[in-house]
Amino acid sequence: MTGEIGLFALILAFGVALFQGTVPLVGAARNDANLMAVGDVSSVVLCGLVTIAIVMLGHGYVTSDFSLLNVWQNSHTLKPLIYKISGVWGNHEGSLVLWVLILAIYGAALAVFGRQVPPALRARALAIQGLIAAGFLAFSIFTSNPFARLIPVPVEGMGLNPILQDPGLAFHPPCLYMGYVGLSVAFSFAIAGLLGKEIDSTWAKLARPWVLLAWCFLTAGIALGSWWAYYELGWGGWWFWDPVENASFIPWLIATALLHSLRVAEKRDTLKAWTLLLCITGFSLSLLGTFLVRSGAITSVHTFASDPARGLFILAFLAAVTGGAFALFAVRAPRIRAEGLFEPVSREGALLLNNVFFGAAAATVLLGTLYPIFMEVAGSPPVSVGPPYYNAVFLPIAIPAIVLAAMGPAIPWKRADLPGVLHRMRFAAICAVGAAVLTGVLQRDPVPMALAGYGLAAFLAAGTVRQWLARLRPARSPRRLLRRVRSLPASAHGMALAHMGVAVLVVGVTASSTARVDVEQVMHPGEALSLARHRIEFAGVEDVEGPNYTALQGRFLVTGPGGSATTLLPERRAYLASGTATTEAAILETFVGDIYVVLGDPVADGGWGTRLTFNPLIWWIWGGAFLSVLGGAVSIAERARPRMYAAGAQSASVQPA
Amino acid sequence: MTTAAPVIGLVALLPILASVPATAETADERVRALAAELRCVVCQNQSLLDSDADLAKDMRALIRERVAAGDPDEAIVDFLVERYGDFILLQPPFKPATWFLWLGPLAFLLLALALARTRVRRARSRRSDPDDPGAS
Repeated sequence: MTGEIGLFALILAFGVALFQGTVPLVGAARNDANLMAVGDVSSVVLCGLVTIAIVMLGHGYVTSDFSLLNVWQNSHTLKPLIYKISGVWGNHEGSLVLWVLILAIYGAALAVFGRQVPPALRARALAIQGLIAAGFLAFSIFTSNPFARLIPVPVEGMGLNPILQDPGLAFHPPCLYMGYVGLSVAFSFAIAGLLGKEIDSTWAKLARPWVLLAWCFLTAGIALGSWWAYYELGWGGWWFWDPVENASFIPWLIATALLHSLRVAEKRDTLKAWTLLLCITGFSLSLLGTFLVRSGAITSVHTFASDPARGLFILAFLAAVTGGAFALFAVRAPRIRAEGLFEPVSREGALLLNNVFFGAAAATVLLGTLYPIFMEVAGSPPVSVGPPYYNAVFLPIAIPAIVLAAMGPAIPWKRADLPGVLHRMRFAAICAVGAAVLTGVLQRDPVPMALAGYGLAAFLAAGTVRQWLARLRPARSPRRLLRRVRSLPASAHGMALAHMGVAVLVVGVTASSTARVDVEQVMHPGEALSLARHRIEFAGVEDVEGPNYTALQGRFLVTGPGGSATTLLPERRAYLASGTATTEAAILETFVGDIYVVLGDPVADGGWGTRLTFNPLIWWIWGGAFLSVLGGAVSIAERARPRMYAAGAQSASVQPA
Repeated sequence: MTTAAPVIGLVALLPILASVPATAETADERVRALAAELRCVVCQNQSLLDSDADLAKDMRALIRERVAAGDPDEAIVDFLVERYGDFILLQPPFKPATWFLWLGPLAFLLLALALARTRVRRARSRRSDPDDPGAS
């Protein structure tokens, strides 16, 4: 019964979404307040209906209702409750319902919290959200019904892919989807603005918190995914340039560019067409990412469904959405009037250059991801595009972008003198040279990449701190300083935090990629070795039983330089339901880095293959990502104090009318 | 401009430093460096170094033997490319079929710069327009 309720809710939701996608548009065109209000009501109803559907599916999972094909294929009675729940989105059909739910939540949030958005703009934006939801609901109902029944009912399910049974995975997809789908709001704002011909700084100001929100979730989702890959896949790496990772990274690059250009659109009422293009591109690339993952066009570690019919549907949907949006843009964009004037050397110019770097980076990652498919379609012999390619082409774009991030905040709006800007960067330059020299002194044989990486991080960190302090400088006493801190727009603190996060991340990336130590060898019980000033003794292997797996568990006694002792228990698991094996690394996190232990295969003489890795400062990578997300969240808070913000904006840019 | 020179120098130096490759020395490091650049042909997007597949283990052993035998890196890679094709190289070779792959990023950067340049020109040229009230 619950399955039928769920399917019925989805079908009703499809009808509501079509209604939401059309009536408010008519209302906005006729300036009819009643018809426009339909958008608000129906987006809340839509959210409710999709919630019912996902709760029904969740009920099937929690009660192990194997009469539902989807539950049978992806669940098992012995699975812990948390993975029964996360199993809902650990498969194609369920993840699609989650996708639509998040889309509906954003729509309802826009209807409820978007009261300051002018009615016509809001009605049109909600209509676009409705049309997107209708497309995805149709996709779900017609090609990927999560409520399909199975007769006769099997006694036991097939189990969830063990690699996906992990706390990191329980939160990674919802978080990533919040980011992916969040970009739909920017898209809807762009289309609504183009339809209503109301693209100005107010439009940018209204769109910005939504873009920030999506950006925060996307960043957090990517970081969680990378953390999950680090401890679950057992290779000790944190980024693999895997096509599915790229599918989320490309929209992230565009969303980051968008955040920066929205700032110009909001503050200076210019670069608006450019900003709209990024709104449209960002969401289109989210859809493309979905297509690539769901269609099986790219094979990858995380692909859990591939079906040509589904791929074709998304491709057609993608073509309709993107094609329609770009056509509208082509017709309307030339009429958008840019207001603010600026010189090449100015904050506007710097932010534009940021867009150049991020745009080129996004295009580059897209090219690398799609190239093997192009080659296949063209009938050429297959090629692999792996990490060495991305490292070679991505770093030359990323490095100047980071230098620019350090300098940008030191460049005034409208017009700046280059010597003055460089003078302001003096402190940061000294710090960068200092960091590089220190690296050279501390490491006996420093890799050039380490000198560059630490220098770059110091340049960005010092530049960010200096600019942040400069904005507080008029304060002489601590009390005035506090008042000054509070009177600065929240985005000033947010930007400083986010850029600091990048600096921290650069340190983590540099350390873990230049100073990582790997020891791969056969160890016998009782044998010990020394790694990064830790003594690691292999005590042996025993059999253990988990709730739905059996495992070989290695026991490693780790003694730190201070004498602190820890036991690390890496496992090789065999899952009962599917028979698949996974490798569970054991990690000791220390202040200076991670000791990462993986148990390998037994060898004939009673020894075991082991891989022991020291990953220096690796947690700085996720720490940096966390700081950046925090920075984004702080910037959203700016909207909560509109009065203070308005005052700040006026004093920041006084323009002749 | 006295302060400008060090900053410009530093900025120019960073990409150069980052692009200098690290040199591997011991046999074990050479095996690891080679395995990291080669694809496990039966896996999905894993290098030989990362993979636990049996074939990957065999191929690592093969590389180890050839390194021990004193073969140069190029000879080992050439041997594997002959057997498995370019597919095994995680860094695709530079040849007509991959020209666009390798030159594309530079083309994107130049194209984006050109677009930005026209945009900046437009923002500047209106400055000289006497009717434009925005000019200051």
